[in-house]
Amino acid sequence: MPRSESLGSVLVLGSGAIKIGEAGEFDYSGSQCLKALREDGIRSVLINPNVATIQTDTRFADKVYLLPVTPGYVESLIESERPDGIMLAYGGQTALNCGVKLDESGSLERHGIRVLGTPVEGIKRAEDRQRFKDTMGECGVPVLRSRTVSDFESAKEAAAELGYPVIVRVAYTLGGKGGGVARNEIELHEVVGRGVNASMVGQVLVEEYVGHWKQIEYEVMRDGASNSVIVCNMENVLSMRAHTGDNIVVAPSQTLDNSEYHAMRTASLGATGRVGVVGECNIQYALDPGSDRYAAIEINPRLSRSSALASKATGYPLAYMSAKIGLGYTLPELENRITRSTTACFEPSLDYVVCKHPRWDFSKFEMANRRLGPTMKSVGEVMAVGRTFEEALQKSIRMLDAGRDGLVLNRQAEPDMSGEELERALAEMDDSILYRIAQAVSAGMSTGRIRELCAVDPWFVEKMRAIVEESRSVSLEPGRLAQLKRAGFSDRQIARGAGASESEVRRARKEAGILPAVKQIDTLSAEWPAKTNYLYMTYGGDSHDLEPPGGGVLVLGAGPYRIGSSVEFDWGTVNMVWGLQENGEREVSVVNCNPETVSTDYDICSRLYFEELTLERILDIAEFERSRGVVACVGGQTANNLAPDLDGAGVQILGTRARDVDRAENRSTFSAELDKLHIRQPPWQALSSVPEAKEFARQAGYPVLVRPSYVLSGAAMRVVWSPGGLSEYVRSVPSPSPDHPVVISKFMLDSLELDVDGVCDGERVVIGAIVEHIDRAGVHSGDAMMCIPPWRLDNRIMEKVAEYTRRIALTFNVRGPFNLQFLVHDGTVYVIELNIRASRSMPFVSKMARTNLISLASRAILGRPLPDVPDGAWKNSGYGIKAPQFSFMQLDGADIVLGVEMQSTGEAACFGDSFYDALAKALTSVGYGLPSGGAALVTAGGARAKEDLLGTVALLSKLGFRVLATEHTAEFFRGRLDGPVEVVHKISEPGREPNIADLLHGRKIDFIINVPSTSTMEKYAGMLYDEYQIRRKALEMGVPVLTTTEMAESFVRTLEWLKSNETTRRPLEPYSR
Amino acid sequence: MVLDDGTVFEGEGFGASATAFGEVVFNTGMVGYTEALTDPSYGGQILSLTYPLAGNYGVPRPEKDGQGIPSGFESDRVQARGLAVHSLAETASHWKLAMTLDEWLHSEGVPGIAGIDTRELASKLRSGGVMMGALSVSGDAVDPEDVLKELRRAEKYADGRFVESASVKEPVSYGSGEAVVVVDAGAKNAILRNVVSMGFRAVKVPWDSTADQIMAHSPRAVVVSNGPGDPERCEKTAAAVGRLVSEGLPALGICLGAQIMALAGGAKTYKLPYGHRGQNKPCLEEGTGRVYVTSQNHGYCVDPGSLPGSEYELWFKNADDGTVEGVRHREKPAVAVQFHPEASPGPYDCRFVFDRLAELAGAR
Repeated sequence: MPRSESLGSVLVLGSGAIKIGEAGEFDYSGSQCLKALREDGIRSVLINPNVATIQTDTRFADKVYLLPVTPGYVESLIESERPDGIMLAYGGQTALNCGVKLDESGSLERHGIRVLGTPVEGIKRAEDRQRFKDTMGECGVPVLRSRTVSDFESAKEAAAELGYPVIVRVAYTLGGKGGGVARNEIELHEVVGRGVNASMVGQVLVEEYVGHWKQIEYEVMRDGASNSVIVCNMENVLSMRAHTGDNIVVAPSQTLDNSEYHAMRTASLGATGRVGVVGECNIQYALDPGSDRYAAIEINPRLSRSSALASKATGYPLAYMSAKIGLGYTLPELENRITRSTTACFEPSLDYVVCKHPRWDFSKFEMANRRLGPTMKSVGEVMAVGRTFEEALQKSIRMLDAGRDGLVLNRQAEPDMSGEELERALAEMDDSILYRIAQAVSAGMSTGRIRELCAVDPWFVEKMRAIVEESRSVSLEPGRLAQLKRAGFSDRQIARGAGASESEVRRARKEAGILPAVKQIDTLSAEWPAKTNYLYMTYGGDSHDLEPPGGGVLVLGAGPYRIGSSVEFDWGTVNMVWGLQENGEREVSVVNCNPETVSTDYDICSRLYFEELTLERILDIAEFERSRGVVACVGGQTANNLAPDLDGAGVQILGTRARDVDRAENRSTFSAELDKLHIRQPPWQALSSVPEAKEFARQAGYPVLVRPSYVLSGAAMRVVWSPGGLSEYVRSVPSPSPDHPVVISKFMLDSLELDVDGVCDGERVVIGAIVEHIDRAGVHSGDAMMCIPPWRLDNRIMEKVAEYTRRIALTFNVRGPFNLQFLVHDGTVYVIELNIRASRSMPFVSKMARTNLISLASRAILGRPLPDVPDGAWKNSGYGIKAPQFSFMQLDGADIVLGVEMQSTGEAACFGDSFYDALAKALTSVGYGLPSGGAALVTAGGARAKEDLLGTVALLSKLGFRVLATEHTAEFFRGRLDGPVEVVHKISEPGREPNIADLLHGRKIDFIINVPSTSTMEKYAGMLYDEYQIRRKALEMGVPVLTTTEMAESFVRTLEWLKSNETTRRPLEPYSR
Repeated sequence: MVLDDGTVFEGEGFGASATAFGEVVFNTGMVGYTEALTDPSYGGQILSLTYPLAGNYGVPRPEKDGQGIPSGFESDRVQARGLAVHSLAETASHWKLAMTLDEWLHSEGVPGIAGIDTRELASKLRSGGVMMGALSVSGDAVDPEDVLKELRRAEKYADGRFVESASVKEPVSYGSGEAVVVVDAGAKNAILRNVVSMGFRAVKVPWDSTADQIMAHSPRAVVVSNGPGDPERCEKTAAAVGRLVSEGLPALGICLGAQIMALAGGAKTYKLPYGHRGQNKPCLEEGTGRVYVTSQNHGYCVDPGSLPGSEYELWFKNADDGTVEGVRHREKPAVAVQFHPEASPGPYDCRFVFDRLAELAGAR
């Protein structure tokens, strides 16, 4: 018995809401950790407010607390739960930092809690910049020249000594937050200022900049007996220039020879040994492309995004193994989970190439800077597996679901660029760098020149050149077709190149017998027999590794995380698989391509296809599997969008029939059905010309909401306030036409928005809950604070909403999950839309109502009746609040004012006895400090906003906060409050004191209420630049900013509540069904 | 490429236009093809790489270290008879680059095949055992039937005498200091590099040197090298080394050398169904419980059942299949490992084996 008998229960820290740099990968690692604990009979307690995760279902953990991962809350759990050990490595930087603080405060020692895995001392050796350098020196691992500084003056000296450019790195942060490259003193001033603030310990590292060096990573497993192995090494295609989270990453490394590979491998083992890692860690190196010089850049002594990727890339479950090691097992005692016969103490050998591609969502953030650099900006990623780099790369591009089918032959041509523009685009790489390289190759630029400009190794450039060359002669001749498929071209690309349709290409291909082979990811290149169900498809093979039994169900996952589609859809996918299995379905396979997920754990389903969510590939898989049907309603928009074409190709869509889904999605038929039911919706029209649109808006009255009626990547919804705005919008989207009309609807100001999540079996409707948005309508539902039960609605409205819900679900013959959105305006209920699929809010609703809606949905999908579910359980069990998490800090320039486009990257939810009990915890969970005193800055645009804020500001004053305001706002509030209003000056008036900029820098402002007037919700007009600057500066200084009156009021009332109350800390109750 | 069981793999030829016959084996390492191809232990074999992309970093400029030992290459020529890969890099990129893999094989007269399903090949060899095969590259059409007929007539791997051609004919010496004799049954340069780096002069002597010939160099220790083929064909080496060990000369056996020492000590060897070839092989040290990741390339192995009656006891065993990965003499200062502590290609984790040799040599 290797593990210590004294370990009865273990506390696991989660990572909280999803943010850039800390995403779904921690649901994967936390779930694996909990699984490992359960296997050993250890009682596990999880703290994580991320309601949309699998780990916060009570399936793996014995007790789940939806509470903020902060030292205060964790300590209170330590006191009540009395765990024997604590796991810090599975909740990202959030958990690690929290653990370090608990250790420093003596809390862990006081309660006799052991840190399982890498001890805090080891964490500090890796995380503290200076100690890291010293530690590397002790074990002879080279590092770059650098100096640790905590102010600008010493940074300046350091930079002078090292020579510009230099890179500033920040200790204890995630995703390179706050760091940056400085080419001169001015840039240095800015980056150091930002970095020192972002750092937990107020220090940054100024380091020589080696942007053109190769960026190489190693994933190390080390046990308490000093056995250590490298599970995977990875190479970043975009060199050191781009953060690894924003890089295109291949595994294994491609351009390293034996001596380079093994020199850094050996260094990794030495370095982790010296740090004292117990479990998993990631080491990053820079390698000179022109000599054998290399340097260790950093060590992450915890599970990371890279380790999740390495797990999926190799089939080696790093988080699970790491947890076992934390419990005291040694590597040789653990078995290879794939072969079940060989040891886990080995190094995976890959017989395929893996390509990870980040997904960016810059288009959601209008002022954000798209350049790639040392700060991570991507919001998700995909992983493609192939037998050539060309195949893996093009697959990865398709997996992004961002409008491209590959490197070349895309629907939209790349923008025309002059040679000079192209050179600049290569030198200043942004998210379109791959396409610029392809363009440069097409334009005849030499590989050497391309490398000089963008520091991409010639091997990768040559591979991209090979793809471009292949695309020059596209035909349906079998030899060509086979060649193109091996180079990763999709049928759609080939169709475009050959002037045929996608289905013609598919037919020609199948007639010629050109089909992908199904191969296993088996950790050891077929050297040992492996009965693994972890699969990919490739044209680089002649034979399948297995034959499926046929007749099973295929569940489509959600693809990459992005704004609007995050871990909640993975929760849905996994719960659907479990639900189907629990309802007797034996063969359930999953298709997904996101390495940051639990659904891509191969032990969840019968067969896991780490594959594209494209029509072509799903058909390939469904044909290979001889599937009985496909479930497309839990994978968000990506999966849902595939349903009509799959249905058209003869694939059975399980659940609600495709034509009923279509009836709901087509606005005309949907409207007609609502009319028949006498249910109202805001006036709308589908318009194919600008004059028509203007006429509609004139009649309905501005503002109006406009959006393209078909899903087009990057095309945005917008609230338009004037005819001019309408013309501008129409210019920004492809011209409206009868085929692609623009949908325009009346935007109802001053309304409440509601969501209803439910399940229907065609006869019976189960309402999970009615969810009220705290923010006014107009704030995207993904960005709005949400509350269960509604706290501003009377029973009459609630009953009406419930009744509408039942009638609509039955009318559309829903068989599975659905989501309805309502508006309440002047006491009238309007329906906005019906989505016949799992929604973003379903995990929140399921947990609050203790009814697993997806589990119920799986019954409906299999054609079984839903059980009797008592109505309204969610009304009587306290309050649940879901709060959005934003990642604006990562995105230089992005504005934080909310609108109809979703911008949040994640969410947290907390439950409590009262509204404010839940809200206080939810706000803390998404990073708001809740001060008990201090100063608040209030600026409001327009008389209406000021009027609306009066009560809130008066309360603030009564609570003893100092109220600061800009001139006009101060004038309005003066005399209307109990206390004084102090005038402060705008950032754009730097000469006038006291100035907001100085106050922010001096940390003299505790939070900001900044509500733009409604008509100025049309963002970024020049006059608003000052407000934007306040918000941006506040964000960079970590000061909360409240941008809606509702949020401001809720926030201040929470502060009031906290004066005489304490938040409750109760565990989540398990699903009762 | 045609296998003895009649399986045909059609692909694109590269390297030399020629037909090669040999035992088809696969290696699961993901880097190190120049080191592997020049490893004399691949004599008589056609090598298939399971990692699908080959030739990415090309072939380096031939350079020698301060002692005149070539770096990057394990001998002075390509030793494998042919190379089978999934995808060959047409252009290569590396700062040490001299030529592409294709150019190198061409200049070395060795044929290669690309574009085949190397995973299918590996699975076949794993389940059916290694077998003879032919690799035929030609500008004209190749008739698999004809190649198969030729293959059937070709000399079988088991009948080959590869050590003779792999070994030096006369002693060669590298470095300075006291001598350590390396009995060359097909020694990799990395063994010499390691011996020299321990502060010894490495004297490479022919595989069939007698004990007296070896002792004429006044060595502090003897290393019996790796090499190709069946250890039972190296009776002469076994006889010489057996005597030296019994006389108390510190000895280290590596791979084939380990098998030869075990045979000399009364143990037996046998052929594994498909061998161990790769850089990720876990070896468990008896007594300490430590597991090391090792580089391996062998088809034959010491029979664990024969150890109890022999002069040797188990030192390392394979953590996956329990096969013998190292033995140590019960009384004399002699140790032997089945894996490659010299690495190249592969991990450096077991350099301590050379430290052990130095300890034994120093203690004498």
